[in-house]
Amino acid sequence: MKVTEQDVAYVAELANLDLTHEERAGMLRDLNSILDYIDRLNELDTSDVAPMAQVSDRYGVDEAKQGSERFAYAVREDVLEGLRKSLPHQEALRNAPDADEHFFRVPKVIER
Amino acid sequence: MMTDLALLTIDRARSAVEERKTTAVALAEAHYTRIEKEDGQIGAFLTLSKERALEQASRIDRIAEQGNPLPPLGGVPVGIKDVMSTRGVRTTAGSKILDKYVPLYDSTAVARMEAAGAVILGKMNCDEFAMGSSNENSGYRPVRNPRDLSRVPGGSSGGSAAAVAADMAVVTLGSDTGGSIRQPASFCGVVGLMATYGRVSRYGLIAFASSLDHIGPLAKTVKDAAIVLGTIAGRDPMDSTSADLPVPDYVAEIGKSVRGLKLGVPKEYFGDGLDGEVRHAVESAIDKLKELGCELVPVSLPHTPYAIPTYYLIATAEASSNLARYDGVRYSHRARGVKTLSEMYRRSRDEGFGAEVKRRIMLGTYALSAGYYDAYYLKAQKVRALLARDFDKAFEKVDAIVTPTSPTAAFRLGEKSNDPLAMYLADIYTVTADLAGIPGISVPCGETNQKLPIGLQILGKHFEEATMLRLAHAYEQSRIQSARV
Repeated sequence: MKVTEQDVAYVAELANLDLTHEERAGMLRDLNSILDYIDRLNELDTSDVAPMAQVSDRYGVDEAKQGSERFAYAVREDVLEGLRKSLPHQEALRNAPDADEHFFRVPKVIER
Repeated sequence: MMTDLALLTIDRARSAVEERKTTAVALAEAHYTRIEKEDGQIGAFLTLSKERALEQASRIDRIAEQGNPLPPLGGVPVGIKDVMSTRGVRTTAGSKILDKYVPLYDSTAVARMEAAGAVILGKMNCDEFAMGSSNENSGYRPVRNPRDLSRVPGGSSGGSAAAVAADMAVVTLGSDTGGSIRQPASFCGVVGLMATYGRVSRYGLIAFASSLDHIGPLAKTVKDAAIVLGTIAGRDPMDSTSADLPVPDYVAEIGKSVRGLKLGVPKEYFGDGLDGEVRHAVESAIDKLKELGCELVPVSLPHTPYAIPTYYLIATAEASSNLARYDGVRYSHRARGVKTLSEMYRRSRDEGFGAEVKRRIMLGTYALSAGYYDAYYLKAQKVRALLARDFDKAFEKVDAIVTPTSPTAAFRLGEKSNDPLAMYLADIYTVTADLAGIPGISVPCGETNQKLPIGLQILGKHFEEATMLRLAHAYEQSRIQSARV
């Protein structure tokens, strides 16, 4: 077993999930079964392989340049309200489960 | 004429409205009548957007009344998978966590469809956040396969495929992260097209795995898929990964001969696990392409057995990050009666997400967590490079690659829903194209003895959708002709 009950609890905390007792038991079983299957990746020697983070690494990139300059094709001007206008205040709050006329409302964060 | 919705293609619908044999409003209403009659048992639609549809249809009718030519999709009734944002129309991504979410803007693909005259009937059911291969993970209800109601329509774009198969829309948009357009197209007997990553803007697509997500059409014919791709493709400054490349006239391209094209047949896609009837139908289809003048070339994609584990690490890692935004603050479900901020996050997410989404968030979070990042996520990115390299090598020798879309025809509801790994393996022939970023299409190529559709998958080189569409069209036309003889 790769994943223990403690791992499930820790990862759930990182992911902001509570999970019921039953869900945790199911997660323990499923994650171990999936990770066992995933283990077959270790059959491959990848020590000389560069990781592929995204497909756009493979086109449009200027290989002669360094760092973010390589992705110059994706650069746009950094201007306020350049591509689209900011949403009006009221509209931006429209889907909020709880808001007053100015802000999203959430449970108290800071204890006095 | 208009009562037989089964015969409607984009050109037929558009011409009928343009020539004033019918109106766009009447076409939309005929589809709504059909939806009312059929969709109770199928479950393809989650939300109907009648007001918006009829407003657009009236606008198209006014153009026709003035005797003006209609835009390419003028008056054509379409459905949009519920992972694409639609301004003013509820967009759930198939999840209860977005049950009440009404987007404030349109995704680029939707805006381009509407600008081309399409009439948006509503939003299509799907697996929650597009995570699934059977549509059983929808937070609302499973979709049933119109060809056999005891079977799944495939997923995650199950509603999009079922609606086209059941003539409840002329075309639909779906999304494909690991096969979610092509596999349901195959299961429902329709055409499903995923273009090269970067060809179609993802702006407004609710993110699952950003480096793998694609938008594309499901349609009755290859030509309809080509028309829709031509409509939604092309650079969009709102998506920095959208490619700044010219978009060919796909409809003109599909008429070209396929004679002399080299087709790769990868042995890894015809091995264990491939159903006998599917194998037979796909091999017959490949023979047909040979008769049409294509040359068959055996190729090898040796890393294929590693595609599913690679996919499930990368897709879940990206998903765990993308889905962190559902915190119950700005737009998603918030649990009642919570006392602290942390409790609000956790309980809202617990209540809002379904089992598969939680499973993938957990797997992805684990794969990205300290101590495991190198062993899992980084390892998967390296194997992804190897998978992409397999295709590069094969494409040095061939113009396209032909395979089955799915190892089996549509399975029964409940058949795989308790075994996540068995479900993941349903995507074994489709995930590779998403990982490599190459385009793929599924075209119907026959049926099993139980009359279940089978799909032929054609994979193309980066940004060479036209070649792939040409092959799909030539095969489709030859099949129609042999059916007539």
